[in-house]
Amino acid sequence: MNWKTFYALLSRDGHVARRNLLPMLLQNLLQPLLLTFVFGRILTTSGMMHAEYKNMLLPGVMAISMVLSGVQAVAMPLITEFQFTREIEDRLLAPIDIHWVAMEKIAAGMVQALVAGLVVIPAAWLTMGSGVQLAFRPAEFGVICVLVAMFSAAGGLLLGCSIGQTQIGLMFSLVIAPMMMFGCAYYSWQSLAAFPVLQYAVLVNPLVYASEGLRGTLTSAPHIRIPIVVGALALINMALLVVGLRKFQQKAVS
Amino acid sequence: MGIGIRIENLRKVYDTPPPSAARGAGFSFVAQRTAGPKEKKKKFEVVAVDGISLEIRAGEVFGLLGPNGAGKSTTIGVLTTRTRPTGGRAFIGDHDAWRDQVKAKRLIGVVPQRPNLDFALTAREILLFHGAYFGQNTRERDRRSSELLEQFHLTERADDMVRNFSGGMMQRISIARAMMHDPEVLFLDEPSAGLDPQTRLMLWEIVRGYNKLGKTIVLTTHYMDEADALCDRLAIIDHGRIISQGTPKELKASIPGGYLLRLRFDHVPEALPGELKNLPGVTEVRANGETGLDVYAGRGGPLIAPIVNAAQALAAELHDVHIAEPSLETLFLHHTGRSLRD
Repeated sequence: MNWKTFYALLSRDGHVARRNLLPMLLQNLLQPLLLTFVFGRILTTSGMMHAEYKNMLLPGVMAISMVLSGVQAVAMPLITEFQFTREIEDRLLAPIDIHWVAMEKIAAGMVQALVAGLVVIPAAWLTMGSGVQLAFRPAEFGVICVLVAMFSAAGGLLLGCSIGQTQIGLMFSLVIAPMMMFGCAYYSWQSLAAFPVLQYAVLVNPLVYASEGLRGTLTSAPHIRIPIVVGALALINMALLVVGLRKFQQKAVS
Repeated sequence: MGIGIRIENLRKVYDTPPPSAARGAGFSFVAQRTAGPKEKKKKFEVVAVDGISLEIRAGEVFGLLGPNGAGKSTTIGVLTTRTRPTGGRAFIGDHDAWRDQVKAKRLIGVVPQRPNLDFALTAREILLFHGAYFGQNTRERDRRSSELLEQFHLTERADDMVRNFSGGMMQRISIARAMMHDPEVLFLDEPSAGLDPQTRLMLWEIVRGYNKLGKTIVLTTHYMDEADALCDRLAIIDHGRIISQGTPKELKASIPGGYLLRLRFDHVPEALPGELKNLPGVTEVRANGETGLDVYAGRGGPLIAPIVNAAQALAAELHDVHIAEPSLETLFLHHTGRSLRD
């Protein structure tokens, strides 16, 4: 393992991310913040929702922001770089095993996901106005954040290596949109009890564990038990990583 | 101390269509459909390199010459660790290009067929980050990148994003990037494709200059003059095999007669090839289609009159003549029966 090269790859991604900071933040944060405003402020202030709904919503919005930014931070550049122009070639020729080029992408994606997640908390809080009650458990929260960031980046790697430029729209409507809707971001998993089949079907959706994990470590709202969340996310991450790296290798080497 | 290259019985068979990659462009897509009577599923299979063995000496300029789809780029792909060989081995110095990738990658610089620049960066940043990937420190990177930008006449545009560059400028920055970490072996895949004549000459100068530093240079081309002007030794490749190799001089000397006269008649009487073979100076006569004959001979123009006479005597009419002087082009034609540009 060649740390110098790894660090250089990472600083290249950091450099490019800083250059695109504002559009990137708008892209990843505007949608969740608008959601927070409509659901967390308009609907609660007008009395259509209970004030406690804010507690339910904040971790969900954070999970969505993290997952979206991580997936996009990794998948979008990869899709472009593996296109006809093969922009990634220079990095594949760097003196480092090409698996580490993929790992670097994941590391860069994790950083972006974590930044997005941490920015959402104060931003969403401000948008929703008063009434959010946090029950913050820092150590567990940290672990969950890292696992969610890794899930988003590894998922981004797999998606980025599996689809072409023409299928990006399809990726959003077929993968990302259902994942967000059935990801227990806007409601707790417990509240699905009225739909027993759905309640168990959504368990294949990794976002469920992300939302529930953040809910459990950030607020006092009801949630899936943390050890289960950690175990599920760890398993999902491992699987995504193994498959993603294999796909990357296939894309990178002819 | 330069680094040599050794290729042993290299084979590459693509079983999936190769990605639309810069380095992948140029396959003969003569997919061999190996479906037997019982096999329902048709298998995609393209033999790109079919048992190539080569030895490239340290410090020489070696050329791979051949038409599009001959297997040149695939050979370069294997040597630059970017293509997995199906069989055989390729060594950069002592390092197996596939099994010992990281060490091999340290020794090589690669200029791709089409520029694959990092479009998110400026010209200078491309060089700086490339240097960083190879572990150069800040001062070294700054010095080397400024030198190269100057050498390639890119200093004025150094801080512009490369996505706005012209094709020639992109090619120049690609070459500068490949030389940034001072590699022992420089690979150039069709380096002058799409370059204007002036830039092409500049490229030749740069390649010669880099070679003078004791570096090994491997280039692919389908331009005869380029191979002739630059290469110490050449291998001519077609259909994934080496047809012939040697110095340009040796190769040209191996053509029977040297001159090639491509003749076209209204029809070719059976006796005509024999008659032409008996003309003074003619070494070989070959059929070229139904109405054409290729004549290899020690002289060109002076043969026309006897050829016309011989044809008239057999009631055939000469329609077209093309005389090619001794060149690698005629050599290629001699070995494959096809023009390089086919």
